[in-house]
Amino acid sequence: MNKDDLFREMKKAIVDGDGPAAGRLAGEAVRSGLDLLEVIDKGYVPGIHEVGELWEKGDYFLPELISSAEAMKSAMAVIEPELERARLHARTGGKVVIGTVEGDIHDIGKNLVAAMLQAGGFEVFDLGADVKLERFIEKAESVGADFICLSALLTTTMINQKRFVALLKEKNLRDRFKVLVGGAPASHRWAEEVGADGYAENAVAAVKLAKRLSPGRS
Amino acid sequence: MIETKRPKLEFLSQALVEKIVDEGLALLEKQGIFVENEAALKLLAAAEAPAARDTQRVRLGRKLVLDCLSSTPPSITMYDRSGDKSYFVGGDQIHFDPGSAAVSLLDHNTQEERKAGTADLVDFYRLVETLEHINFHSTGLISADVPPVIADCYRLYLGLLYGSKPFVTGTFRVESFKPMKEFLVAVRGGEEELARKPLAIFDACPSPPLKWSNLTTQSLIDSARAGIPSELISMGMTGATSLATITGTLVQHVAENLCGLVICQLAKRGAPVIFGGSPSSFDMRKGTTPMGAIETMMIDSAYAQIGKHLKLPTHAYMALSDSKVNDAQSGIETALGAALAALSGINVISGPGMLDFESTQSLEKLVIDNEICGMAYRLVAGIAQRDEPIALDKFEGFKPDFQFLTLPHTRQWYRKEHILPVLMDRDPYEAWVMAGRKTTLDKAHKDVEDRLGKYALPPLPDPIRKELDKIMTGYARSQGVQGLPKRDD
Repeated sequence: MNKDDLFREMKKAIVDGDGPAAGRLAGEAVRSGLDLLEVIDKGYVPGIHEVGELWEKGDYFLPELISSAEAMKSAMAVIEPELERARLHARTGGKVVIGTVEGDIHDIGKNLVAAMLQAGGFEVFDLGADVKLERFIEKAESVGADFICLSALLTTTMINQKRFVALLKEKNLRDRFKVLVGGAPASHRWAEEVGADGYAENAVAAVKLAKRLSPGRS
Repeated sequence: MIETKRPKLEFLSQALVEKIVDEGLALLEKQGIFVENEAALKLLAAAEAPAARDTQRVRLGRKLVLDCLSSTPPSITMYDRSGDKSYFVGGDQIHFDPGSAAVSLLDHNTQEERKAGTADLVDFYRLVETLEHINFHSTGLISADVPPVIADCYRLYLGLLYGSKPFVTGTFRVESFKPMKEFLVAVRGGEEELARKPLAIFDACPSPPLKWSNLTTQSLIDSARAGIPSELISMGMTGATSLATITGTLVQHVAENLCGLVICQLAKRGAPVIFGGSPSSFDMRKGTTPMGAIETMMIDSAYAQIGKHLKLPTHAYMALSDSKVNDAQSGIETALGAALAALSGINVISGPGMLDFESTQSLEKLVIDNEICGMAYRLVAGIAQRDEPIALDKFEGFKPDFQFLTLPHTRQWYRKEHILPVLMDRDPYEAWVMAGRKTTLDKAHKDVEDRLGKYALPPLPDPIRKELDKIMTGYARSQGVQGLPKRDD
């Protein structure tokens, strides 16, 4: 397969949400000695862009979205070890620590956002659900995160998003991280009220928001 | 007289019911289910269903489940606060109660959702007390002017002060069960009396897929031992936390609920259990859980049919809407749900008043829904043969100027055969214009005010009231909460 065909197949694998194909094609690229950074940029990323567009047009729903994000993960699982071996780094939008706040066990929405951020080129550290507020800070400090994303589904736990921003201020860390909030009861107004840096209403919007706020953005 | 047929809706063939139950039992046996509660794991281990080593995964044998089913009562009789009036929860009897645990109230004046406070909860209970077609209260609204640690307890406390109908409620924290039970015992005057005359149903939700959390499992055990009925609320979301197919979701529903039932029976044989649920058709575009989706209602009706097959009382979250205001959508979804639930013979139907994915209560919607519930009761009363013969003798001496309006037969039957709505508009156009072009919502708002004006506090003996106060303030203090919001009555 020539390079253009290979890239076309890669894009298709992502759009189709075909994880096995995405992984197999990545293996092929590695064996052929292709420039893996180019492979990501020209093969896979156009696929995830198209998925975002299909979502926004209303053609794609959550199952398609998450399957495509998972396919992207399968490809990166093959490519990343090779990049490391060559001491190369994929272009990243930044490091993200994400989780559902303490007291809240709902993680479907958070998982979607984490998957889409990862597919969108962010390095994602997912802490899971019912995460202690201090744990977000510990992790963010230890990995040198750019973003901390807090999810909450319950109005009784969303208050922890507010408490978190206060906690960051208390520790004089507020300027170190961009804080994004999400979840059913959150809103732009809520983000403003709690002093977060942003809110997104769904996973695709979250990726756009993070890209807009990304430190690497020129 | 020919016996009146109760109109009945059944989605599943008998063969399909049996297949779903069979797969549910097989799922419990083969894959097992997670139970994150030590007391329950001990009960299960003693019943030869030990957790797999180092996990909380329990495989429940078919024999154990069937044995527990056979010790579960097929019906429950609930009693009001006075202990005089009873409500049969079983067979095809239906009882509506407001959808429960809303975190917001739709403010009539602003038409915006806002947090509710003590005064709102009091109005909510007062209003429900006046609604003829809503038999049970539910602790359907959460008061934001008390700290969350006492919020579950506080809403039942206020409910018992202002309402006399039986309650549907539940705990948010393991610690809350004790004071909540103490309220009920205080009203009844003793633990045995409470077990004999249940006053409140406690909801307990498994976490899909196939998991019972510590909190909800403890509620099952505590309720069973106190003789308090547990309502099992399995809630698969199609394609998100359960299979996308309706039958697939039903199999998981059966497995989760039956595990809850087994825990109740092992805690106390003969404990009352209601086969309920709050599943939903997951919206793949918005990631939301529409309770007004037609498929949600189909799942509800179908699992209730399965519950009846298992000879259990049933419950569902129906007669509610995902709309954010009282509009056409709220009317459509609520009425459709109420009618389907009633036709399905679901014993406890939780929904009225509820908007926005079980999150917002509206007083105006409650009175509109009360009217819908009235229609649902009429619907399932069916069409009866009232006379023998039906009509022939009434036409004796028939002439062209025959008068039906003046017929004694008309006076005898028209009020029994037909219900007269209060809010639905039946004016001729001109009369409607003259009366100020009022919408259903306008009329509902006035009805709320009229009803709240007419509400009379149902009598509660002073010693009981004092005991309730004592339990509430004592518990609040134990949780570090000094003082409760003032009430103006």
